[in-house]
Amino acid sequence: MSKKNDEKVIVIQNGDDMPSMPASMGSMKINKTASWRSIRPVIIEEKCKRCMICWKFCPEPAIRPEDPPVIDYDYCKGCGICIEECPFDAIVSEKEGK
Amino acid sequence: MSNKTKGQKIKLTLPIEEVMSPGHLACQGCGATLALRYTLKALGRKTIMSIPACCWSVIDGPFPYSAAGVPIYHCAFETAASTASGISHALAQLGQDNVTALAWAGDGGTFDIGLQALSGAAERGDNVIYIVYDNEAYMNTGIQRSSATPHGAWTTTTPVKHYKRGPKKNIMAIMAAHHVPYCATANIAYPEDFIRKVKKAKNIMGTKFIHLYAPCPTGWKHPPDITIQVARLATLTNVFPLYEIDNDVYTINKKIQKAKPVSEYLKLQGRFRHLSEKEVQFIQRTVDQNWKRLLKLEEAFRNEKN
Repeated sequence: MSKKNDEKVIVIQNGDDMPSMPASMGSMKINKTASWRSIRPVIIEEKCKRCMICWKFCPEPAIRPEDPPVIDYDYCKGCGICIEECPFDAIVSEKEGK
Repeated sequence: MSNKTKGQKIKLTLPIEEVMSPGHLACQGCGATLALRYTLKALGRKTIMSIPACCWSVIDGPFPYSAAGVPIYHCAFETAASTASGISHALAQLGQDNVTALAWAGDGGTFDIGLQALSGAAERGDNVIYIVYDNEAYMNTGIQRSSATPHGAWTTTTPVKHYKRGPKKNIMAIMAAHHVPYCATANIAYPEDFIRKVKKAKNIMGTKFIHLYAPCPTGWKHPPDITIQVARLATLTNVFPLYEIDNDVYTINKKIQKAKPVSEYLKLQGRFRHLSEKEVQFIQRTVDQNWKRLLKLEEAFRNEKN
């Protein structure tokens, strides 16, 4: 996965800029969905057992399976599935914009 | 995506590669995005999808961007299966046997509008995987009833006083009647089971059908954080049992020893809030009957094979 191409903004001004094949030209990664969020999930590192259930059930996916898992706040929409599904209550919800 | 491990080794139960990218336009807690995320984890990048009008035609994002990470053919509402058939024949002509043709449709595009195309593809035995992500109404256009809407549910075209009466269409029985090599039900709350089924389907020639259960917080009127809980309860209450039909042999993948009462599943969702005690009991009886029928089917077909 090349990071550079992933967040490329594509400008189409005339017919020549259109793709030759019926294929998309860029990734939706340019669309940062952080502004949708009203609650902010925060991982408590001491409680986290690295089971990666939060990563498994993230619909974005905005959680990277690292040690400890990292939430990408550029894309997290704040659905709260990770908070609900964490078996160790290691993810807490904080009010956004405090 | 890097997988750095400092101390202990992190064990992942799913493939690590993320084909689907974040930044898509799905609602918070959407079950359909999880559905495609798992599907593409199982199939990998060598996949060509055909998508009719459904939630995913919006979630994918506006041209020239795409969130799926694989080529997508947006086709007409009726033609998900026939478009995928065409793709699969083109791939065969080009000799690209390692590329999978995937038809990805919602319940409206499968149970109602796309049924004849699906039936045609299944009858011809075209080499496609057809996955229906079932959110039990036309969610993309504003929660209208479909033939996948269960008995008792509220939708905008079956408002509270006139809630849907009549059962959900049994699409699995329809597909089993086509004698396709493989069909299965799956649930987003059990991703390991789902990924196993998709991988199995990938290695089978012919039409493969997977009925995938994907809750929709917007249309089912439940908070987005309990999407997985609702999906899991659907299987734990036997509302949506997990089974597969492999060459006409039924196998139940998850046998619940003591099923929970359906009221636990119904009370989480606002679309069932109006139901009386009598209606809940009726739904419970239907669920029990369907479950007994499934157990008998498993038994009957197993004996026939042996």
